[in-house]
Order: sequence, then C-alpha cells, then structure tokens
Amino acid sequence: MNLLFLIAVFPLLGALALAFFRRMPVNLAALVGVGSMGLAALTTAWVDIAFLTGDQTPFVQTLWTWVAVGTFTEDFALYLDGLTVTMISVVVGVGFLIHLFASWYMREDLKEQTGYLYTRFFCYMNLFVFSMLLLVLGDNLLLIYLGWEGVGLCSYLLIGYYYRVPANAWAAFKAFIITRVGDVFLAIGMFILFATFHTLDVQEILSRAPDMWQRGDLMVELAALMLLGGAVGKSAQLPLQTWLADAMAGPTPVSALIHAATMVTAGVYLIARTHTIFELAPFTLGLVGIIGAITLLVAGFAALAQTDIKRVLAYSTMSQIAYMFLALGVGAWDAAIFHLMIHAFFKALLFLASGSVIIACHHEQNIFKMGGLSRTLKLPYACFVVGGAALAALPLVTAGFYSKDEILWLAFANGHTVLWVAGLFGAFMTSLYTFRMIFIVFHGKENTHAHPARGIAHHLPLIVLLVLSTFVGALIHPPLGNVLPTEDLVEGSTMQYVLEVLSAIVAIVGVGIAAGLFLGKRRLVNAAVGTPTGMRLWHFFHNAWGFDWLYDKVFVKPYLGLAWLHRVDWVNALVNLVPGLARVLHWGLATTQNGRLRWYAGSISVGATVLLVLLVLG
Amino acid sequence: MILPWLIFIPFIGGLLCWQTERMGPQVPRVIALVTMLLELFLALWLWASGDYHLANAIGNTPHWEMEYRVGWIERFGITFHLALDGLSLIMVTLTGFLGVLAVACSWKEIEKRIGFFHLNLLWIIGGVVGVFLAIDLFLFFFFWEMMLVPMYFLIALWGHSGSKGNSRISAAIKFFIYTQASGLLMLVSILGLVFAHFYQTGVFTFDYAVLRETPLSGPLSYVLMLGFFIAFAVKLPVVPFHGWLPDAHAQAPTAGSVDLAGILLKTAAYGMLRFAIPLFPEASADFAPVAMVLGLIGIFYGAVLAYSQTDIKRLIACSSISHMGFVLIGIYSGTLIALQGVIIQMVAHAFSAAGLFIISGQLYERLKTRDMREMGGLFGRIGTMPGFALAFIVASLGMPGTGNFIGEFLILFGAFEVVPWVVVIASFGLVLAAIYSLVLMHRVYFGAPKGEGALAGLDPREFCMLLLLLFLIVLLGFFPQLVLSVSNTAMTEVQQWFSVSSLMMQ
Repeated sequence: MNLLFLIAVFPLLGALALAFFRRMPVNLAALVGVGSMGLAALTTAWVDIAFLTGDQTPFVQTLWTWVAVGTFTEDFALYLDGLTVTMISVVVGVGFLIHLFASWYMREDLKEQTGYLYTRFFCYMNLFVFSMLLLVLGDNLLLIYLGWEGVGLCSYLLIGYYYRVPANAWAAFKAFIITRVGDVFLAIGMFILFATFHTLDVQEILSRAPDMWQRGDLMVELAALMLLGGAVGKSAQLPLQTWLADAMAGPTPVSALIHAATMVTAGVYLIARTHTIFELAPFTLGLVGIIGAITLLVAGFAALAQTDIKRVLAYSTMSQIAYMFLALGVGAWDAAIFHLMIHAFFKALLFLASGSVIIACHHEQNIFKMGGLSRTLKLPYACFVVGGAALAALPLVTAGFYSKDEILWLAFANGHTVLWVAGLFGAFMTSLYTFRMIFIVFHGKENTHAHPARGIAHHLPLIVLLVLSTFVGALIHPPLGNVLPTEDLVEGSTMQYVLEVLSAIVAIVGVGIAAGLFLGKRRLVNAAVGTPTGMRLWHFFHNAWGFDWLYDKVFVKPYLGLAWLHRVDWVNALVNLVPGLARVLHWGLATTQNGRLRWYAGSISVGATVLLVLLVLG
Repeated sequence: MILPWLIFIPFIGGLLCWQTERMGPQVPRVIALVTMLLELFLALWLWASGDYHLANAIGNTPHWEMEYRVGWIERFGITFHLALDGLSLIMVTLTGFLGVLAVACSWKEIEKRIGFFHLNLLWIIGGVVGVFLAIDLFLFFFFWEMMLVPMYFLIALWGHSGSKGNSRISAAIKFFIYTQASGLLMLVSILGLVFAHFYQTGVFTFDYAVLRETPLSGPLSYVLMLGFFIAFAVKLPVVPFHGWLPDAHAQAPTAGSVDLAGILLKTAAYGMLRFAIPLFPEASADFAPVAMVLGLIGIFYGAVLAYSQTDIKRLIACSSISHMGFVLIGIYSGTLIALQGVIIQMVAHAFSAAGLFIISGQLYERLKTRDMREMGGLFGRIGTMPGFALAFIVASLGMPGTGNFIGEFLILFGAFEVVPWVVVIASFGLVLAAIYSLVLMHRVYFGAPKGEGALAGLDPREFCMLLLLLFLIVLLGFFPQLVLSVSNTAMTEVQQWFSVSSLMMQ
C-alpha cells in the first residue's frame, strides 16, 4: 500500500525524461513512454491486490504539507478506497494498453506527418496519466483541482499536437477555454465548500455535510451546482459539450485515452466522489439526470449525421457519458461507475481500432471513402463488431449490455420514467448510429485500398480490450460497496426481466434498421437526404444542433468585438488629454509672445478695456 | 550592519562598472554579475540564518528581525532607519535574484555604453532594496524617488523605439511623469502625517513605528491614505493609472522589463502592505470596497487589453495589469489567507513575467521584431524556446503546479469569506487569462511556419536562466511553504491591523 505514490511517480519521471532528452531515438522514447506506464501498471496491480485482499478500508498516504496558512491547511495526500481503486485500474490499465498501441500508431503516423517529435507525444501522454492519477487519488479538492487542470492542459497539448495545422491548434484552444469555463465553476464550488467547512478534505466535507446543511438548502444546492458546472465542462455535457468533437483533431490514441476512456469521465468521478453533497441537493441531482438525458439525445442525433469516423465515436462518447450522468441523476451511483469502466474498455477498443483503420487507409477518416474493409482488415473489423455491439448493448454477450441495462432498470425502478424513456430511445439511437458506421466502413463497395497492420504493439492492446468488451469485462465488479450508497431494490424481479428484454429488443431493432438503411445501396437514406427538408435536417444534425453557431454569435463574436474596440487603450487616451491640453495652452500662450509691438499694444488696450468694464459693472 | 550593505553593494558595484568600462566590455558585465550574486548570497544567508517562524507578536511595536539606525537629519527627526522582517526579506531576495537575471539577460543585448548601463541597472536594484528596507518615511520616499531616475535612463538610452511613433524617449518621459507626480502626492501625505503628529506631540519624527500610533481624525486619515494609495496605485498599476506601463515595458530593454515587472511593480504592493494599511487601518478598511472594485476592473480591463495587443511585450505588460488586479483584491480583502496569497502571487508573477520578457527579448534578438503578426509557426524551428514559453504561459494563466496558481487561489479563497461576489466575478478573469495567454502561444509558435530553416536555439546562458526560473515556479507551486512560513508573521500583523479596524468600524 505504501507504494501508492509510485503509481503517479513513474509517469511523471517518464514525462521528465522525455522532456529533457527530447532528441532521444524513437525506440528509446517508446521504451521510456510505454515502460513507465508498464511500471505504473505493475504497481497498480500490487496496490489493487493489497487493497482487495485486505479489509478494503480507505487508506491515506500523506506526502507533505502543501499549503498551510491559518485555517487553510491542505496536505499533498493520496486517498485510496474502492472507487479510487476502480479509477486507477482503469486509468493505468487502459492507459498502458493505449500507450503500447500508440508506440505503433505514432511511428506510422509520423511517417506522413514529418517534423513532429516522437518524444513530445509520449511526454504529454505520460504527463496526462500523472495528472489523471492525481485527479482520482487526490485526498482534497485542491489536489483534485490540480489533476483536473493538469489533464485539461495535457488534453490541450495533445489535441494541438500537430501544431502546424491551424485548425488543430484552434481546436485545442477551444477545448481548453470551454473546459476552463467549467473549471471556474468548480473553483467557485471549492470556495463555497471551504467557506463552509474550512477544509477541502473530501472525506471530512462529506462526513460533516449532513450536519451542516439541511436537504435542499440554498447553499448546498449552489455548491452542488458549481461542482456540476465543472463536471459538465470536463465531461462534455450540455451546455459545455461543443469542444469534444473538435478535439478529435488529436492523434487517435489521444482520443482513445483522453477523450473517451479517462479524462472525459472525470466529471462522473467528481460527482460520484462528492455524492453526499449531491444527495443533499435534490434539485441539482435532478438536473444531473436531465442534463444526461438531453445530452444523450443531442449527441445521438449528431452521431447519425457524421461522416468522420472519429467524430461518430466522439458523439457516441458524449452520449455514453450522458448515460453515466443519467445514472448519477437517478442515484444509481455504482451503476454509473460500472458503466464508466465498461465504457472505457469498449470505447478505447473502438478508437484504437479506428486508428488502425485510419492508418491502413492512409489517413482517410471519411467513412464514405472507406467501405468494404471487412475483407482486408480482419482484426479491426472484429474489434469494431465487438466494440460496436458493446456500445449498442446487444444482449448477453457484450459488456455494455450489463452496464447500460442496469442504468435503465434503476432509472425505471427509482421512478424516473421520463429519463428511462429517454435512455431507451437513446439506446435505439446508439445501435442505429453504431451499426451505420460499421456497415458503411466495413461492408459494401471497396473505395480504398487498405494495408493491414502487423506487430504485437498493434495486436495485443486490441485483443485485450476486445476480450474485456465482451461479457468477460462485465464479470469485473468494482469494489464500491463501502464507498457509494447502494440501492436496496430487489434484484431479479419480473419487472426487471421485462425491461431487459425490452431494451434488448430495442437494441436489436436498431441494428436491424441500420442494416436495412445502410447495407446495400442505401436508396432510402439517399432519397431522404436529397429532399430540401432532409438536407436541412442533415446539416442541422451534422453541425450538432448548431451549438457552435450559437456560441459563436453569443460569446466569441462579442468578445472579439470588445477586443477590437480596445485596440486603443481608452483610459490611456483619456489621460493623454492632459498633455494635449497643456500643448494647446502652450501653443496659445506662445503665439502671444510674438515680439510684435502692435500685438502687445493691442492686447494691453483690450485688457485695460475689459478691466474698466468690469470695474464699472462691479 | 548587514542591512546598509545590502543597499550599498549595488551602488558601489554600479560605480565600479561605470569606471571599468575602459578596461574592456566584459569587465562591467562580470562585475555587475558578481555584485548581484553577492547581493543574492547575502539575502539567502539572511534567509538561512534568521528565524522568521516567530509566534505572532501582535502589539504596538512592529516586530523586526533585524534593525539598523543612525541619525541623519536630526532637526526633523529623520533617521537612516532600516529594518528587516519576513516580508522585506522575501522582497529583497527576489530583487537580488532578478538582479542576477537582469544582468545575465543583457549580456549580449547591450552593446553600447555598457558600463553606464550596468550603473543604472545596479542603482535600480539598490534603490529598490532601499525601498524594501527603509522604515523611516523620509528615507522610504528618498529611495522611492531614487529608483526612478536610473530606470528613466535605462528606457531612454537603451530602449527600443516602438511602432507608430512610440519612441523610447516619450515612453521614458511618460513613465517618469506618472511616477514622479504620484510620488509627490505621497510626499504631501507623508508631510501631512508628520505635521499631524507634530501638532499633537510637538515632536518631529518620520519614524514608522511612532507615526503608526498617531491618532488621526477620520477625514484627515482618509485623505492622507489616498495620497499613499494613489502613489502605489500608479506603480502597481491600478487601472485608471496604468497608462505608462505598456509603453515603458514595450520600449524598455529586456533587463528593464524584467526589473519593471519583477520588482518595481512589487514595490507598490509592498508599500500598501507596509505603509498604506498599517498607517491608516481604519481609512483603508473604509476604502477597501473601492480598491477591490478597482482590482476587478483591472483584471478584466487588463485581460481585454492584453488580448488586443499585437506587440508581444505589450501583451505581457497588459497581462501584468490583470494579475495585479488579483493582488489588489487580496491586499484589501485583508484576510490572512489572501494576504499570504498576495506574497506568493507577487513572487510567482515576478518569475513568470520575467521568463516571458526574457523570451521576448530572445525572440527580438533573433527576429528583430516584436510584432506577433510577423511571427507564427516558430514551434519546431527555434530549439527548446517554445517549450519554455509554453511553461511560462501556462504559469501565467494560473495552472496548478505553478506558484501562480497558489497565489491566485489563496487570494480567492481568502477573499471569498469577506467579499464572495467580488471573488466570483474575479474567477471568471481566469478564463480571460487563459484566452490572452494561449493566444500568445498560438500567434507566435503555432500555425504554419513563416520562414524556412531553423533559427538559432537557446545557448547555455539563455537555457540556464529559463530553466532556473521554471524550476522556481514549479518549486513554488508544490512547496509554497518555503515562502509562506517566512512571511507568516508579517502578514499576520497586517491582517490584525486590518481586522481590528474593520471590527471597530462595525
């Protein structure tokens, strides 16, 4: 257990080594980057075993006193309980596999994109894992915030990895700024919590919150709302969701690690971590569920109208995280975390497989220019089928079925019928857009020539994640019993079976409709999109409901206008009136001193006249 | 005896530099470097040997770690009175460190009148150290004015002429007039305070500890406080008085910018903490809401202004206005947490701004321009510089793990208990900070390269300077206690002055 801090130290050392010796050979860089993750993974396994075989009591490792000013005393301390064990295992485990895959992917990718440093990629990736680990291991909110902002920074750096392409750089900029808006809300939430409890220690806050606040107090609602603001930013939920699709500009392993498996689920983790506060704030907790429901529908429709393979996956990520939010909103805490873990498996699988496809098709990302790849790309095809089935929650054999149906069942059982209907409809959408993508990419006419990839760094991560995405993954049960409140619902009631069958049918129907629409010549779809209304709808969904347009009009343009107005420093210009006035006066007086006798005589007489008139009048 | 030497060493070193120029261009540089290293060493030695973790000694007598006092103009009760506590020690050490950097970063930049340049550079340092140590009000004023003159020459003689008719001369004059005029207000206030004391006791004195006890009527103390406040507000700068800063920064040589941003601005915050609040606690508590609103305006106005700049140094200068808004809010919120945050913020901002200015200087040496529209795509062409630039930019936007984060967040945490709404609004300044900081990165380093081939990377001197700064920023981010424990006693005193008077008002 005392090795806990080492899990975070290894990636940090890796990042430092890669930063200082940035010219190291590619093989060595891969060894450092992946090796540090391997060591972290071994340590994590050690810690996991120690934790799970023990009595599972929380463990705190205080490293040093970080800040101590008066009442403000925060340690640099790590906290381990069942929830953290789950999170670090996902982060380090999936992270290691993605690093391994990336060592292959980046080597291939940089053959085409020359001039970028291989070391820089792994430096950022290791730094990301370090930050993410601090986020989940942090004992107090200040340390969580450090990780929180750190992952945002690394996300920014990795989205903008191809910095010479202005679009990529601006996508990174957008992601950073939008998530920072969320971060500010989180910061304000921290201020409120500190002002109330005079500590930022999460466990202490959670244990004292029920005494301090009544259920539904304004202050607790505010605090929860602010935490939620941070969570929606990081997890790309409405209304701060617009950055995620553009974030796909980063290399594909980045999308897999940061924008699917780990960072974007940080919001879910944060809410689960501070669940006591949310339980005291019924309004905000309800809002969490509503945000989830709306986002999953918005993202589902948007995913249907994408042509870029990564953007389809991005919107599906958004909608799957929305399921987690929905689960949190209905109080199904452990179901949310369970889905988080399963989602990390199958979404990482899908992204890595899409990375393999993209490389095989020479950096083609448009699904309509692929087609018929199932014959050449056997392994990616298998990955897509299994991962897609898990995403669509096809019954019994996939991991996604177990996690998603638990959410839907709990939503229904807890009486949130509207959310349940939204979730069910979302499940239908999910299988529709997932299999649309699979059918278009892997079936039909072959539009490009693909070269299958080789090598263990490519195969191993895909195979491991593939296995975890089947029902095997669902056998892993996160040890959350001591951390999150569990429902005392009767398992295995008739109602639950009915609902499970219902959602299974919905998923299968979705696949069937997708097959009908997108296998073969797609006449129906093409005809529908051909009509003016269809065209307009397509554009509306393709642009993800026009949020970008709206934010551009409401925030970006006004700010640019404001900045344009301030090309001139107006306050300074106002102050400059003073020397201007002095200059005018100087000029006025100087012209009177012109040495002409007539002028002097005239001014004397005018002055005398004025004086006399004043005297007479006075 | 060590305190006067802290002041004399730079002055003597400066004279030596001036006279030894005839022995070759390298000699003044080496002498200046040795002088500043000696200064830094002395400060660090004081740091290591002193014990600043004393129990909070609140009382009528301020608590000094070290004092030095000789008579000067006895007739008016003016003494050469220096004193050191945790606050001044931190500032003096910072001054010594940035002095070393200032000498190092002008090693190749300054080619003409090298001796006289270093005379001015070292005399600025001497004056600033004097400001940080003097606790006789007359002596304080003396040093306050003294640091302006060499700065004026630094901008006027070695500055760059800027775009659209902004000459270095006019920038220097503007700087001089702003600070001189505001200094006059402070002099009037000092004299007002001294005469108020004289009429009540019949004794002329400029001594800080004695004058602090002067009972003043409400309106009088408010007016006198305003005199001090405006003098410091011009230097900080607070928004309506900031006009000199972008010009002075843009036109100054790199060493001048480093000194300006790193330590000259900090003399203002120091002055508020040392004089404006303890001398007039009630009036300051009364005035606090106004000051905090000015701080808010500064945060946002500076941020918008920074975004709109095309000159890289002006952008950084305007970002300083924004950062100092946080400092102002922290000082006038008057809680211990916020005041400690102010200390960290001052030190961290000195490091990050110095880093950014040094990089701008290095860019100028390579590209001969400071216009960001002519840059772009430098990442990958200019060695390790973009990595450092990124690190300093990230620090300047308050990324956790850097000292700037600790500073800003301590200020916000501390002020939240007193003025929650101000803090909520100020927090959104963090978003604007991210915008203007990252835009700098994008305009200069990202995008398609605008030229062929690689530019010269960093040489070992440049690399070491930046690495050292970066190391200190991160050190401050993870171990802020190194500084906080030294300033704790001094800040507790300020906080108690402030809170006692706030209570009395209520």
